[in-house]
Amino acid sequence: MADDALTLVHLYPDLMNVYGDRGNIIALQRRCAWRGIELEVVPVSLGDRLPTTACDLIFFGGGQDREQEVVSPDFVSSKGAAVRELVEDGTVVLAVCGGYQLLGHTYTTVDGEELAGAGVFDVRSPPGPRRHIGNIVIQAELDGEPRTLVGFENHSGRTYLGSGCQPLGRVLTGSGNNGEDGTEGAVYRNAYGCYMHGSLLPKNPHLADHLIGRALRRRYGSAATLPPLDDTLEERAHQAVVRRAGKLGAVRSGAW
Amino acid sequence: MGARLTAALLTGRVAAEVSRRLGRGGGTVIAGHLVPRIDPAALTKVTGRLPLGSVIVSGTNGKTTTTRLISHLLGQAGLRALHNRAGANLVTGLVTAIVKQADLRGRPRADVGLFEVDEATVPAALLQIRPRAVLLTNLFRDQLDRYGEVHFVAGLWQQAFKTLPSDAALILNADDPLVADLGRERPQPPLYYGIGDPSVGISEPPHASDARLCGRCGTEYSYQIWFYGHLGHWACPACGLARPRPQVEAIGVTLRGDRGTDVRFRTPGGDFAARLALPGLYNVYNALAATACGLQLGLPLDTLRQGLESFTAAFGRLERITVGDRALFLALVKNPVGFTEVLRTVLAEQTTGPQARPETATPGRTLLIAINDHFADGTDVSWLWDVDFEGLQGRVATVVCAGTRAEDMAVRLKYALVPPQQIVIEPDPSRALDRALAVTPLGETLYVLPTYTAMLEVREVLQRAGHVRGFWQD
Ligand SMILES: [Zn+2]
Repeated sequence: MADDALTLVHLYPDLMNVYGDRGNIIALQRRCAWRGIELEVVPVSLGDRLPTTACDLIFFGGGQDREQEVVSPDFVSSKGAAVRELVEDGTVVLAVCGGYQLLGHTYTTVDGEELAGAGVFDVRSPPGPRRHIGNIVIQAELDGEPRTLVGFENHSGRTYLGSGCQPLGRVLTGSGNNGEDGTEGAVYRNAYGCYMHGSLLPKNPHLADHLIGRALRRRYGSAATLPPLDDTLEERAHQAVVRRAGKLGAVRSGAW
Repeated sequence: MGARLTAALLTGRVAAEVSRRLGRGGGTVIAGHLVPRIDPAALTKVTGRLPLGSVIVSGTNGKTTTTRLISHLLGQAGLRALHNRAGANLVTGLVTAIVKQADLRGRPRADVGLFEVDEATVPAALLQIRPRAVLLTNLFRDQLDRYGEVHFVAGLWQQAFKTLPSDAALILNADDPLVADLGRERPQPPLYYGIGDPSVGISEPPHASDARLCGRCGTEYSYQIWFYGHLGHWACPACGLARPRPQVEAIGVTLRGDRGTDVRFRTPGGDFAARLALPGLYNVYNALAATACGLQLGLPLDTLRQGLESFTAAFGRLERITVGDRALFLALVKNPVGFTEVLRTVLAEQTTGPQARPETATPGRTLLIAINDHFADGTDVSWLWDVDFEGLQGRVATVVCAGTRAEDMAVRLKYALVPPQQIVIEPDPSRALDRALAVTPLGETLYVLPTYTAMLEVREVLQRAGHVRGFWQD
């Protein structure tokens, strides 16, 4: 491993990979490469150990229920504690949907089975009566600046935040964590969880850079800043979703 | 005969005629709603009178092409099929089919029923049609926002099969563990089909598989080879569940780019070779499925071979149109695996066979990709990130992105390292087509890859310009 590389651990890429979440990995890889930063992606799946000595970023995507049931015991027994320690140590984490739920205290499947999580986020996710499906736009604060984030949510779990973490943002269009309190996602130290697919990072380059910047500064100190990129296309896609979500209105919900 | 059935069919006809005159395309959904209100058993009664019974075809990818191919094979054998329109594959579409293809006494003007059925409609269709055979092509993630998960659909099918008479035949894709597994508990062994030529396979796993875990014990499957998404030669290392041996198998496959495919078929009745006009490995699966179905219906091998060779795809799923001095290749894209395969076919022409043009003659292809996010397309476009666009890098001159999600498509291409200056955003389908044709060199092909509703829009533009027939005259 090169000394000046960043290491990204991709949790269960073979099992937790619905809704194009790998676009987040592609976005991080490209945005590092375009700045001459080497990003090594290490897949970590069933039975694997987390490489804790050199781990700058962790990505944990969403999965189908069946896969999530297989992942849950493996994650809690062999990786959960390590992820918690890494988060306490400032490691940058992005978890989407199923990954977000498994980083909370508990998650209940549609079949009523309660799965344990790693407890990184002070959140619980009981099942909801309806599925939240649709474009989502939220207002977040990144590096002290108000920024919109856009994505597509598709979840039946409702997530409720405890006092041990902050929401990622406030919902402008869509349902967010639970469709009730107007919050979406959770932030604890450098760990970010949310329900936003889309993929999330390509259309929110400011969030991608926020994560890379945090990881870089943690490893190389506060002088490590990211040179800006030409994000014309990304910005157009971001604005197009803001307009589209506004036009299509609130979330559509399914019976199952 | 039943007065109620006659009344129902008559009402249906009137509704269909009114809607036709109002110019609502050929989509006579109203008839499909009215008929069951008057005679709820209309579909069962009419299909029950088909001399050779009915076949139901379902699955994520290939069901339309497979159904059309079977219909063509039946035609070669001098048999008439009663079938629903492509895409009209909910119960209302099935009912509309009988309104149009039966007389007022409910006697079908056909020998065989042939129904393309939406995945989630399979249970209702099985109850009402009582088919002689059910053909399932494959199960991929498709518009996840509509059906949830592949296991959800597989579970629906498994439950529905309990209502099937025990003598109904199952025709299943052996290479898809999700589909093959459905035959495990049937009293009568299914008719399996699959690809047996490893030379057209891929030894690397697909990055996003829809069927990782064994249906019996939950262990991760191991594969010898992959052909198309999670279709391949699979086995469970723990419990021994494995790809069943297909009775109908493609034992030799030569892909000739978008010019077609040579296939050697092995069947219980003997081997034969056929030159298909259809390109791509996914069409080898469609040809296998149709061949297996033809055999189940008792068609002779010679008829099958002739039918396979004379079949050409139509209806936007795969079409070649001449537009002035340029060619237009139109192929529907609707999910990651299908889109990836279409790209493989588009790029294959350059490098396959001695007739391929030298690289210097074509600096790169011109593509028009139109992505809509309406209900019929799937409202979530996240799936674009699971398509392998990375192969386009260095091999395209211009990609015009159109549709309600043109901008998403453009970003996806940028991150697949297509240079931004080669990417054009033009959401309007008509203007996008003009721009794409303008940058396609004379004598070359423009590749148009739309999602479902975007395809309808593109076809409408082409139709107005007089390049294609009306969609509903099909
Ligand atoms: Zn097993």
